[in-house]
Amino acid sequence: MTAITAVQAAYIVAALLFVLSLAGLSKHETARAGVVYGIAGMTVALGATITLAVRDITAAAAALLVLAMLVGGGIGLWRARVVQMTGMPELIAVLHSLVGLAAVLVGWNGYLEVEHAAPAGLTGSLLHIHHAEVFVGVFIGAVTFTGSIVAYLKLSARIASRPLMLPGRHVLNLGALVAFVALTVWFVITPQLGLLIAVTVIALALGWHLVASIGGGDMPVVVSMLNSYSGWAAAASGFLLDNDLLIVTGALVGSSGAYLSYIMCQAMNRSFVSVIAGGFGTEQVAASDADLGEHRETSAADVAALLRDATSVIITPGYGMAVAQAQGPVAELTRRLRARGVQVRFGIHPVAGRLPGHMNVLLAEADVPYDIVLEMDEINDDFAGTSVVLVIGANDTVNPAAADPGSPIAGMPVLHVWEAEHVIVFKRSMAAGYAGVQNPLFFRDNTRMLFGDAKARVEDIVGALGPVVGAQREAADAGRVPVGAGR
Amino acid sequence: MGQQHDLGEPGGLPGTGEGPATTQRLGVAAESAAGETRVAVTPAVVRQLVELGYEVEVESGAGRRSSFSDDAYEAAGAKICSREDCWQADVVLKVNAPSPAEVEALRAGTTLISLIGPAVNPELVASLAGRGVSVLAMDAVPRISRAQSMDVLSSMANIAGYRAVVEAAHTFGRFFAGQVTAAGKVPPAKVLVAGAGVAGLAAIGAAKSLGAIVRATDPRPEVAEQVRSMGGEFLAVAAEQQGGGDGYAKQTSADYDRRAAELYADQAAEVDIIITTALIPGRPAPRLLSAEHVASMRPGSVIVDMGAAQGGNVEGTKPGELVVTDNGVSIIGYTDLPARLPAQASQLYATNLLNLMKLLTPGRDGRLALDFDDVVQRSMTVARDGAVTWPPPPVQVSAAPQAAAPAPAAAPVKKPASPGRTFAYVGLGAAALFGLTAFAPKEFVGNFTVFALAVVIGYYVVGKVHHALHTPLMSVTNAISGIIVVGALLQIGQGSSLVVTVLAAAAILLATVNIIGGFAVTRRMLGMFSKG
Repeated sequence: MTAITAVQAAYIVAALLFVLSLAGLSKHETARAGVVYGIAGMTVALGATITLAVRDITAAAAALLVLAMLVGGGIGLWRARVVQMTGMPELIAVLHSLVGLAAVLVGWNGYLEVEHAAPAGLTGSLLHIHHAEVFVGVFIGAVTFTGSIVAYLKLSARIASRPLMLPGRHVLNLGALVAFVALTVWFVITPQLGLLIAVTVIALALGWHLVASIGGGDMPVVVSMLNSYSGWAAAASGFLLDNDLLIVTGALVGSSGAYLSYIMCQAMNRSFVSVIAGGFGTEQVAASDADLGEHRETSAADVAALLRDATSVIITPGYGMAVAQAQGPVAELTRRLRARGVQVRFGIHPVAGRLPGHMNVLLAEADVPYDIVLEMDEINDDFAGTSVVLVIGANDTVNPAAADPGSPIAGMPVLHVWEAEHVIVFKRSMAAGYAGVQNPLFFRDNTRMLFGDAKARVEDIVGALGPVVGAQREAADAGRVPVGAGR
Repeated sequence: MGQQHDLGEPGGLPGTGEGPATTQRLGVAAESAAGETRVAVTPAVVRQLVELGYEVEVESGAGRRSSFSDDAYEAAGAKICSREDCWQADVVLKVNAPSPAEVEALRAGTTLISLIGPAVNPELVASLAGRGVSVLAMDAVPRISRAQSMDVLSSMANIAGYRAVVEAAHTFGRFFAGQVTAAGKVPPAKVLVAGAGVAGLAAIGAAKSLGAIVRATDPRPEVAEQVRSMGGEFLAVAAEQQGGGDGYAKQTSADYDRRAAELYADQAAEVDIIITTALIPGRPAPRLLSAEHVASMRPGSVIVDMGAAQGGNVEGTKPGELVVTDNGVSIIGYTDLPARLPAQASQLYATNLLNLMKLLTPGRDGRLALDFDDVVQRSMTVARDGAVTWPPPPVQVSAAPQAAAPAPAAAPVKKPASPGRTFAYVGLGAAALFGLTAFAPKEFVGNFTVFALAVVIGYYVVGKVHHALHTPLMSVTNAISGIIVVGALLQIGQGSSLVVTVLAAAAILLATVNIIGGFAVTRRMLGMFSKG
């Protein structure tokens, strides 16, 4: 066993642990074990690499290495501790940008080490391939970097989430790709620093423009797509450094992220290409002027009365719940209702929120048991037998207009909330949803609007419902409902 | 609908004394038809009509047979008036179509709202139009979701379906539910419901909850699911038949009728109770059971013919009567099934009427405003300002999208790629891959092999991921993609270039933030998921 074979062996072990980690994360029961596998894999990989790396570098470099890791780890832990669950999309976007930037740096280093210095060890076609790998790695990394930065800015509302509509945006994107290919060929023939700078700039601009021209409503797909890009960037670096661990891990992340994006596009009944190319919600203007009749308003007290008499309630949250930070009061409402013997469930649309699974995370944070949080497909047939549906901050995902072939959101699968006996819509105002489509749900006979801040309104309803008392409390403590246990 | 919330506007002078000239008077007339027990408006609805700004007058004794006293109406804010006064109101509310004498009592300019049956009573509509009366037919509500809250036919059919089962049970000399007792075994009754509309479904539900074995048949195959949801077994007729685009069944084809007759012949010999609910709007009821079918039934069996008023689904039905055939089969042809539950029927009718009045009173100012641009109001209005406005332009309402006219935006349904095409793509990809790797150096091929396999593994590993775990999965893959730190670790301090070391150190820092942050936040998230 030489040091090299030991490291190779460690890499294989680490790669398998990563596979186990991803597999574990596909089920609730094994999710925690999945994270443990992931951490173990990372520890093995880093341990082996550091041991290998510090053998032949100066003490100063080794110290710099350790310092960089400590500082980086500290920052990472700190951010992970303090992040609000509603801020999760932003955090993940930022983390993606870091991987992208790291990939750019690694690519540059690859150039400086090999092409710029004396090309030792690499000859002929291998050297050419190395040139190409540098280019590809830098390109993907840079696109990921700026793309994630824009996604972060949009998610944190620092820039408008409206899609940026440059004239000829598709031509711009295509032009950037063509330029990339041309520059790659040039660089493979005659590697020059200027070309590397040019491709970096083009890729940074492309990443920026790609995400800027995608609207905020498509952010779940964008974030997951950037996740995939960051994986491909790692894989490209693996080719560059002839490192199988990087290739395996990058490809794992890349393909799983791409598949995740694909699942989400299916949930919106849109083609992957059309999401990536951007510009959703620009073609239609006409659909919103039809007179849909009048909406009817209700009050928190009336909703509380309705809920008191209900036998089953379904709550369909959307991005608005995250914005209003209403998950805590919603969870409290759920507990109160369940203590009264009301069946409460949650219906989550696959693209609710700004991150895949966003709603699940928020509800989990607020201690809503995950077995009453159901997917659209699981719950869609049950709306018909439901007494009350509470639509909290969702709009397009519950829009019956999706069944209308002329609508811009035609064919998008939606939650059939209108089939329930009563629908209460929590909304700030009558403004149209993200897709810019007016929602006929608001004008249905069985729909009532409850205007105002979702958090305040839900708290009002909880107040009007009154505390859980006597027999209900006993029922709750008997384990039927995990209410107030241990508080 | 009781929780309809008043928006708190003052509402003018609600129903006291002589309001301002702008407020209209609503007259609730007592029913004159023999055997009619219902009333158009209940005291609870009076209160809400008053809130809409109307003055409500109720004919003395109108609610007596539905157990609503004059006092109750007065307490709700209505005025009790004489028959003559009531018919002179601005808007007359009623359940049944007016008799010729009542038509005479109406003055020009009045609006009459009641059941009319415009398709079968064209003379009535003509005479009303001749008197200058505007007429809204409660039985002409279009079958669109928005108008469901006014659909009297549905609400009455629901009651009638239930009552049909109760009448059958009353006449049937046996239990519905099967029992095993010390005195012997009692088999469950078998009930066949013909026609699974609102009445049919209500009958299925009622018979099922009494414990019978329930079967149902209907020309529209799409109602099978609804039948099963009520606990019935759906008997399909093996013939092509399409449902109507207007929410009702259409007339059936000859082929269908022949096969249906076979089915009825089989079932008649086997079941104990048959409830027929087949009606086609504007036509005589279709004949479902012939005299031979009836004769083949066991003595003591019961047939309830809910189509009796329109001529009957069963040969030998007499409208309004119970007939016992020679072989001891009872045929019930009552035409007043809803009226046999008067309080409930009145309450539902009144609520339907109230919903219509809300639609007709957009200003909540006690002024009835008929809007012909509204499809519901247009469809219901059979006469206006002396002109007959029946039939209305057709409304297309079927729940199933009508093969959406070739709109370019038609939902892009993804066709599964043909096997040939799939093979072609796979073959093309394989060839490209071969071309790429066959000419590449050995080291690259090794890398590429690993890459290709890892892509496939990544795809399958997340294939079944639970939706709720998307975010944790993403943050873990994010952490793992920080593996790029390995590249930077191998570069730091290599060669003589300080730039390389600095860049590598920066990359290490960034990637480490990612790794540690990603794992930590995933653990935090998963810690929050708990099972109830």
